[in-house]
Amino acid sequence: MKIKTALLASALTSVGFAAQAAEVTVMSWGGAYTKSQVEAYHKPFTAETGIKINSVDADNPATPIKAQVEAGNVSIDVADVEFSDAVRLCDEGLLEEIDSSILPAAPDGTPAADDFIEGALQDCAVANIVWSTVMAYNTENNATAPDSIDDFFNIADYPGKRGLRKSAKATLEMALMADGVPAGDVYDVLDTDEGVDRAFAKLDSIKSDIVWWEAGAQPPQLLADGEVVMSTAYNGRIFNAAVGEGQPLEIVWDGQILDFDLFVVPKGAPNKDAALQFISFSTDTQRLADQASWISYGPARKSSGALVGTYSDGKTEMAPHMPTAEANLGNALVNNFEFWVDKDAELNERFNAWLAN
Amino acid sequence: MTDATFSPDEDVAKAPAKGLTTADGRPLKQALARAQSHARWRAFFLVAPLLAFILLTFVVPIGQMLHRSVYNDGFTLHEDIGSGTQTPLMTNLKTWFKDNPAGTDPDEAAFAALAADLLVLREVKAAGQAGTRINYELSGSRSMFTKAARRAKKLEPPYKEAILDLDEDWGDPMLWRVMRDATSAYTANFYLAAMDRTKDVDGNVVSVNENRQVYVKLFTRTLMLSLLITFLCFLLAYPIAHLLATLPLAKSNLLMILVLLPFWTSLLVRTTSWMVLLQSQGVVNDALVSMGLLGDENRLQMMYNQLGTIIAMTHILLPFMVLPLYSVMRPINPSYVRAARSLGATSWTAFRRIYFPQTVPGIGAGALLVFILAVGYYITPALVGGADGQLISNLIAFHMQKSLNWSLAAALAALLLGGILLLYWLYDRLVGIDNLKLG
Amino acid sequence: MALPKHASRLERIWHYTYLVICALIFLFLMAPILVVIPLSFNAEPYFTFTEKMLRLDPEGYSTRWYDLLLTFGMQAPDAARDGSWWADAWSNAAWIQATKNSIIIGFFSTLLATVLGTIAALGLSRPEMPGRRVIMAILISPMIVPIIIVATGLFFFYSAISIQDWGIPYLGVILAHATLGIPFVIITVTATLVGFDHSLTRAAASMGASPTLTFLRVQMPLILPGVISGALFAFVTSFDEVVVVLFVGGLDEQTIPRQMWNGIREQISPAILSVATILVLISIALLTTVELLRRRSEKLRGLSPG
Repeated sequence: MKIKTALLASALTSVGFAAQAAEVTVMSWGGAYTKSQVEAYHKPFTAETGIKINSVDADNPATPIKAQVEAGNVSIDVADVEFSDAVRLCDEGLLEEIDSSILPAAPDGTPAADDFIEGALQDCAVANIVWSTVMAYNTENNATAPDSIDDFFNIADYPGKRGLRKSAKATLEMALMADGVPAGDVYDVLDTDEGVDRAFAKLDSIKSDIVWWEAGAQPPQLLADGEVVMSTAYNGRIFNAAVGEGQPLEIVWDGQILDFDLFVVPKGAPNKDAALQFISFSTDTQRLADQASWISYGPARKSSGALVGTYSDGKTEMAPHMPTAEANLGNALVNNFEFWVDKDAELNERFNAWLAN
Repeated sequence: MTDATFSPDEDVAKAPAKGLTTADGRPLKQALARAQSHARWRAFFLVAPLLAFILLTFVVPIGQMLHRSVYNDGFTLHEDIGSGTQTPLMTNLKTWFKDNPAGTDPDEAAFAALAADLLVLREVKAAGQAGTRINYELSGSRSMFTKAARRAKKLEPPYKEAILDLDEDWGDPMLWRVMRDATSAYTANFYLAAMDRTKDVDGNVVSVNENRQVYVKLFTRTLMLSLLITFLCFLLAYPIAHLLATLPLAKSNLLMILVLLPFWTSLLVRTTSWMVLLQSQGVVNDALVSMGLLGDENRLQMMYNQLGTIIAMTHILLPFMVLPLYSVMRPINPSYVRAARSLGATSWTAFRRIYFPQTVPGIGAGALLVFILAVGYYITPALVGGADGQLISNLIAFHMQKSLNWSLAAALAALLLGGILLLYWLYDRLVGIDNLKLG
Repeated sequence: MALPKHASRLERIWHYTYLVICALIFLFLMAPILVVIPLSFNAEPYFTFTEKMLRLDPEGYSTRWYDLLLTFGMQAPDAARDGSWWADAWSNAAWIQATKNSIIIGFFSTLLATVLGTIAALGLSRPEMPGRRVIMAILISPMIVPIIIVATGLFFFYSAISIQDWGIPYLGVILAHATLGIPFVIITVTATLVGFDHSLTRAAASMGASPTLTFLRVQMPLILPGVISGALFAFVTSFDEVVVVLFVGGLDEQTIPRQMWNGIREQISPAILSVATILVLISIALLTTVELLRRRSEKLRGLSPG
């Protein structure tokens, strides 16, 4: 009898475990980006392991993580977040640590720790892509094509509405660059009160012409519908709308702001083991290269670079569309994650007060 | 069910012989009282399950939210997410604050206490949490905590020097004032913040820096926009309610459908439709351009700004104004107006002196209802309001979901709730909740 | 409203101006609903009438957005439309999932609200109910308190009691929606009991009917129209509610309004308009039902010639 109960109990727990492990909830940014991950990561992962991926979207997956962990109701297993958010969430003890030794080595045997580009491996996070915030425009709605970040703030010569992300990050940097601050000095200037005032003053000059967006899928839509003539956007979204859907959109690489997107596991994630399995599967050399054929974001592994080929239409070479392509780095800013870890709350508070006024 | 003090035997025994009695010999007065008490209890027991349900799913959660607005233990308690272990924070500093009155300059003992507490923060990974709590009241201090905690192990006496070496802002008296307040989890500071106020170094209440003031402005805007929307609803509702009330019933019932159909249609559907109608490449602008009334480059911006909020909300709330007006206008006897006319009043005078005053209760009921509903609107402004069409609810949602300053969100919500309940009470007094009708 | 024969010229002008104003206001009320329906059949991905649509050219119209509603979220949307395609749609299409969730949540919250609300309304309409005014005010308040406050409160409350660990799916949202629907049930049911002659129940009792029988045979037929329209109101409230779902709903608890909310913010493609059209048709059906019930109720109570 006792044995029977024990057997039954173990059978039950193993059933329970199997049922639990059969699903991983992955939260990402929606739209074309989530689609690229579904194609490059989720589908092959499910095919290989039988673990179902439940894909959910947020405007910025970092915020629901924090809300969930603090409310003690974690349902996300893996989230895709920006660099400064990954570091900050980790600092606050809201993320599981990820041992980089679980990550597969490159095909030539280079260990993961050396294969990822610098900064891509953090205590609690593994980068998958390099993306950038760029300025983009609709070629049909601009008489002359804008070619620099200055033109974004030049309403007189380039009339029309502007789309901007409703957050301080990237917006303030772009304002300063347009105001003549060289990319290398942006964060030094923004670190001072005068610098912040200067950025807001620059934004003031176009404030009445701004349409704010929150989800990454919005700017290509706003541009295509003609609601705005120029917008900041995630570069991959513009690429997909332009190349994939044939919309008349063009990217201006001047003043682009590069950033990582990283996979993290929230503390208390219900399927932690499967989550780690998913991360290590998705960030291997081939998978990262595969993702680049669905959207123009650069893989975070050096070894993936050589494997990046053409877009899923089979003819567009991806390399020149990457934010990291040599030609696109003319006046580029690398997001200073330390700056935003410290200043995010403060500058967003100021940003909101500015918005409301 | 029975009255606790009631005992039949006793009562029968005591029953006086005189006076009316029931068949079983009880005094009629008592029996009646008992029956009434029974009836009261029976009525109450019918209501009790729902009352309990509402208390649990509505009153208690709101009470908990109110508690949250005056209670924040971010600086005093850490709970580990995995194990649930609770660790008190900043205990040494708390002792120091207790021993030294407010205004004392932090001495070596204070910094030693801080160093010890920082070590705890590092161990339990609570520097971010504690820093965030202080950052609510003193911007830029969050990173001081995370940085200092990271280096907490390397700190050596004299601590004052060592900590000031990390960041000289640790000597800021303002920081110490804020930390002193935060070592007590109960605080009214979130209410101050919700009214754009803060405490200065000496604990006096002062206005916050002008470029951070936002809440009073938003409360005012919410109030003004709600008043405007209420007024617009009144302007639009009065003529059609009057028409509906004076038409024969069969016709007015048919026209009433035009009022009720929007009322029954999903809020999101109506908001979406307004986006489609009003956006700059939308139906209205297209129509104006193709009619030649507007140049293609001068398209009107009616969406993603205050105007969008006003138009969409007026439309959505209009039925709430039409229905009470209609129910007041319908029974008005037209012979009063006719009598006024026959006595020589112009139609305007007859309307102004005779008809309009009779509709005032309906206006009051409708206006209060529309205003109460408008003040709390969230969805519509969030979708069509852009930056300057946001209302206070949107800011509450922002602090709940994005900035995660839940205590501030709760304080803002409590202020909003206070205003609403006041209006609700007024509505009950003036109109009576019983008179609320739907369709 | 007919114009008297002796009306002056000025009065005539004013009368017709007034009718035009009323017509414009009715147009304002109906415009959003009217515009959505044709645009949902737009063949192009725009939110405005294309030339072809205005010329009533059949090529300008298509049902592609309705089709997208079915296929969006499917594993293999392009496969042949056989049994397995439909099985795929049934278990994966995002809008179908949302509809299922909305119906489950709507059904249970309506049930809860209607049962509790009706019983309470019976008590509230008794003349001897103690503290009637205060209790009524409390029970109606979920309709008055801003939804964002309710959602905020519930977010804290549900985390404190860890409702998600109880293992009952949708529980948090169902309880919340029931709370929001209760005021409607109370209002509609008490309205049918206004002027209810309590001597009827006493008469039934005196003839030997048990309280249950009295309720079923005397009160129930009278209040039934109110109960049903209250239930419909409660269902619509749940079916249209998004804020509470956003705040306390699990990630897999996507409902129609939540899916719309995401859709509107991300990309309002005409697919959203086809959902909107379907919802408008549902509301027309519901409105008709409620109107018929109201008339029936008034007829039963002899309030109108009906």
